[in-house]
Amino acid sequence: MSSLFDFALALGDDALIAAQRLGEWTSRAPEMEEDIALANIALDQLGAARLLLTYAGELEGAGRDEDALAYLRGDREFRNCLLVELPNGDFAVTMAKLFLLAAYQLPLYTALSGCADERLAAIGAKARKESAYHLDHASLWVKRLGDGTDESHRRMQDAVDQVWPYTHELFTADPAAPVDPATLRADFDAVVSAVLDAATLTRPADGWAPGGGRAGVHTEHLSYLLAEMQVLHRAHPGASW
Amino acid sequence: MRARRGLSHTHVGSLHAPDAELALRNARDLYTRRQEGVSIWVVPASAITASSPDEKDAFFDPAADKVYRHPTFYEVPDGVAHL
Repeated sequence: MSSLFDFALALGDDALIAAQRLGEWTSRAPEMEEDIALANIALDQLGAARLLLTYAGELEGAGRDEDALAYLRGDREFRNCLLVELPNGDFAVTMAKLFLLAAYQLPLYTALSGCADERLAAIGAKARKESAYHLDHASLWVKRLGDGTDESHRRMQDAVDQVWPYTHELFTADPAAPVDPATLRADFDAVVSAVLDAATLTRPADGWAPGGGRAGVHTEHLSYLLAEMQVLHRAHPGASW
Repeated sequence: MRARRGLSHTHVGSLHAPDAELALRNARDLYTRRQEGVSIWVVPASAITASSPDEKDAFFDPAADKVYRHPTFYEVPDGVAHL
């Protein structure tokens, strides 16, 4: 990463793609209460994405607003981490992804709220409260599924194992950024270990560490997600309610 | 749900949850989306003992003709505030 624009864009893309994925659960969650909870969280992410992408557009100074950045870029131009673009899988995979994302976003936004850039500090101050709730919500489910039945334990452990490799990318050092992601690792590890222990789950061994999202090199899943997210705007440029 | 400090909790609805902890969070997600409250209580339905519509006559009708229970037979002296 090189500039404030890249930093804001990466965080905005994380939030935007996470929102789109979570939105896929709408009307399909295991129970009505969870349906609304996931939609709430998706809208929190979308709100953060709008603020971050709007700011990124201003920093770039090329006249791109939030819509131009969200709807008119191809997959190679997106800077989100791979974790958020992975398919939802079953409910356990969705909760594993949300849990690990929130455990990263909470210390990130908290650190951001004290950074020198006023706009980013304001966005961080707003988003960290939302992230705290996301972490709480996902933690409760990880514990209940992990420490539940044999079947729920098996599927929750599988889910954590499946998405774990994608967490390493989140903490790639970037000393020039307003918040160096590498400094968030200790907070992330402490929270994740505590919840996994309470859930009777085993923390996966570190090994394979796929990356590339911050450089625009994504999994094959992102372009399908973007096709669905962008089709309306591309068919009707500038359309509004 | 308590809407503001100083008000009492009022019933806002019912929901499903596997336990109290999640019930509280589900209530937060369902019923505080538009800043409806600052405090939530959740109570399992099994813990509620309710009056039955069948008991309406015995429970509530006898109060209808007890006008002397209303404090309307007193004259309020002039100059008494906060009564």
